[in-house]
Amino acid sequence: MGNPAILLKDLDISYGSTKVVRDVNLSVAEGESFALVGESGSGKSTVLKAIAGLAPDWTGQISVLGQPRGHGPDSGFAKTCQMVFQDPYGSLHPRKVVDAVLREPLKVHGLGNRDARIAEVLNAVGLDQRFRFRFPHQLSGGQRQRVAIARALMLEPKVMLLDEPTSALDVSVQAEILNLLKRLRAEQGLTYLMVTHNLPVVSFMCDRMAVMNKGEIVEIADAKQLHSGDFSHDYTRELYAASGAEAV
Amino acid sequence: MTATKPLLDVENLRVSFPTPTGPVEVVKGLNLSLGRERLGIVGESGSGKSMTGRAILRLIRKPGKMTADRLAFDGVELQGLSERKMRDLRGARISMIMQDPKFSLNPVMTIGYQIAEALKAHENLSRRDVQARVIEMLQAVRINDPEQVAQMYPHQVSGGMGQRIMIAMMLIPRPDLLIADEPTSALDVSVQGQVLDLIDELVREKGMGLILISHDLNLVARYCDRIMVMHAGQVVETCAAKDLHKAQHPYTRGLLAAVPQMKETREVLPVLDRSQWGGT
Amino acid sequence: MTTIDWLLADSPTSRLQANAGRAYRMLRALMRNPLAVIGGIIILTLIFAAAFAPWIAPESPLGQNLEARLLPPSAEHWMGTDELGRDIFSRVVYGARITLVIVALVALISAPLGLIIGAVSGYFGGWTDKVLMGLTDVFLSMPKLILALAFVAALGPGIENAIIAIAITAWPAYARIARAETLTFRNSEFIAATRLLGASHSRIIVQHVLPLCTSSMIIRVTLDMAGIILTAAGLGFLGLGAQPPLPEWGAMISRGRTFILDQWWVATMPGFAIILVSLGFCFLGDGLRDVLDPKQGGKS
Repeated sequence: MGNPAILLKDLDISYGSTKVVRDVNLSVAEGESFALVGESGSGKSTVLKAIAGLAPDWTGQISVLGQPRGHGPDSGFAKTCQMVFQDPYGSLHPRKVVDAVLREPLKVHGLGNRDARIAEVLNAVGLDQRFRFRFPHQLSGGQRQRVAIARALMLEPKVMLLDEPTSALDVSVQAEILNLLKRLRAEQGLTYLMVTHNLPVVSFMCDRMAVMNKGEIVEIADAKQLHSGDFSHDYTRELYAASGAEAV
Repeated sequence: MTATKPLLDVENLRVSFPTPTGPVEVVKGLNLSLGRERLGIVGESGSGKSMTGRAILRLIRKPGKMTADRLAFDGVELQGLSERKMRDLRGARISMIMQDPKFSLNPVMTIGYQIAEALKAHENLSRRDVQARVIEMLQAVRINDPEQVAQMYPHQVSGGMGQRIMIAMMLIPRPDLLIADEPTSALDVSVQGQVLDLIDELVREKGMGLILISHDLNLVARYCDRIMVMHAGQVVETCAAKDLHKAQHPYTRGLLAAVPQMKETREVLPVLDRSQWGGT
Repeated sequence: MTTIDWLLADSPTSRLQANAGRAYRMLRALMRNPLAVIGGIIILTLIFAAAFAPWIAPESPLGQNLEARLLPPSAEHWMGTDELGRDIFSRVVYGARITLVIVALVALISAPLGLIIGAVSGYFGGWTDKVLMGLTDVFLSMPKLILALAFVAALGPGIENAIIAIAITAWPAYARIARAETLTFRNSEFIAATRLLGASHSRIIVQHVLPLCTSSMIIRVTLDMAGIILTAAGLGFLGLGAQPPLPEWGAMISRGRTFILDQWWVATMPGFAIILVSLGFCFLGDGLRDVLDPKQGGKS
């Protein structure tokens, strides 16, 4: 007990010879919903990838639920932490039906009772059973993102990494997915680390946020501060103003 | 310019695509009359908003088909024009800015050359005049070092700068109407504002007409005079931008409510009930 | 509910139904392309002829009848007879078997080999890629027929050695395609998501990468069939492929060469067969490309 769900210490991440993230220190408590905010190129997605094991070139320390992370994906880690990607069109195999996508994690980990589990998780993400044997091209963007969330939930992880899960979706669909993510977190006691550039989404979904600029965290703030716009760092204030804080 | 004669007049515009199960209409009888004003077309993906923009320029690709009872620009019926006349019109009098500058700029030509091409296609000018206009235009879109940027290739500039270059390219022949299809959705929020402010300023200065196509209601409300909300190929509501919050149609209201707010206090976001107006 | 309704159901109830529905839609798309249909009919005729050769051919392909040497095409001998009085039509029909065996075996050996080497190379990148692609380039840089000739010369003439020789020269092109295809999606999110599920590299390659390479592979193999048939015929013509008296089309042309001026049909009839079958594969390959091409795959 008392272990943070995600702990990052002096994390530096490089792609080739360029350092894209410098000196990141972060601690996300269990059950918390935490946002990484910034513009493109700020390194926010890279941090997520490093935790997931998809950006292996890092130094420092990453631990998830008290377990230090290795530099690549491993199958034990898969059961504690999963990720949902930004692009609902690119994150599903174009030649596999929904059922096969959801069955894959169960096969990899040799889990039984597959049909019942798939039916259950489809239910949890609000997808009707009739979508179960459709190909991705027969689904809308929102439905695909539900399938991607269902796949991540399949192994019953405790920590979810969300990489702009709604930025490719229409606003009305975004609302559905955000509601879904919020409900799942409450029901299953999940911890979220969510990357986004959309401050109102943070205000709806998250408890705390870290603002990143040019590979560094410039400010860690409470999501409540979005109501007042009371930030200490210039860059955060700039971002806040640009996000249309005064509109409507 | 008289206020009575509209710049663009569209009646009963229809766009359809054939599918194995028969033609599917993506724009179903759209009427539109535009003066020298700023009109926003808002809708979700699949609402037909982009197809409307393309149809006005007669840019619907085969096998898509468009028909209209009237499609007149500045009093000239566009449907009867030859492809050649249409090409002269595009760019010179009506310009279109696309979503992603990366796909609209030629990667193997310098920026200056491409902007100059856009100008030379429509006006006969000496080389020196062309060069001067290009530099002037790059300055107008707030590029700090226009001489140097003109020598660069598209991959050497950032997304925001690329989109400003696109704007320069589209505005240099001094068109009367600018159609901007999601001009900023590929850009960061801080750059989005700058680019839209720039379009806005140039449009007002030159007294152009603007059609801004976007999925973002609030953004359109900020930069347009009038808003047209589209859903499933039809216009569900037209209103003045300042009256957006008084919108009547349940679809518009639903869209507005579904956007998370900066000062969010709702536990659950309201979700559109699509069955209400027979939507898809 | 009819079978067609079942195939086209919007919400299939089993994976079998979903896959059958997809296959049916593709078949329908293929049937809309007249050239592909012609190609398909030619290939089906070839398979039919090969399977039922003893019933179709009026005479034995090997039975000599020196009384009836070099007869021109007639009602009795549709394609005439050759220098040993054998019925050419019967020989062409039996030749379909040899052609089909060559084509099928070459495809079965070289396509999977190229597919796996290309996918592994593209998926891992780095040194694996450099070594495997270097090897591929070595093979690719040698002219096909010359390399096949060298192999046959080393292994001895004969139909099996011709098949091995052609297969060895055919795989590098497939490896290149599979690698290029793999590179387009190796960094995609669905591969990343599968890695995060804890799947091993071999599982990802076999279950996720290979299925996506197969459609372009099928197109390419079909289009290459014409070339394979021509190479086999070329080897036969040079006397390095099928040995007499086997009715291999290339060897038949080679024998007919002596009489080409006076008895044109001896060399021409098997030549027609080669052209027709090559064309059939090309038409079918073009049709398949339109249907299977990933850029069109999303539509239906």
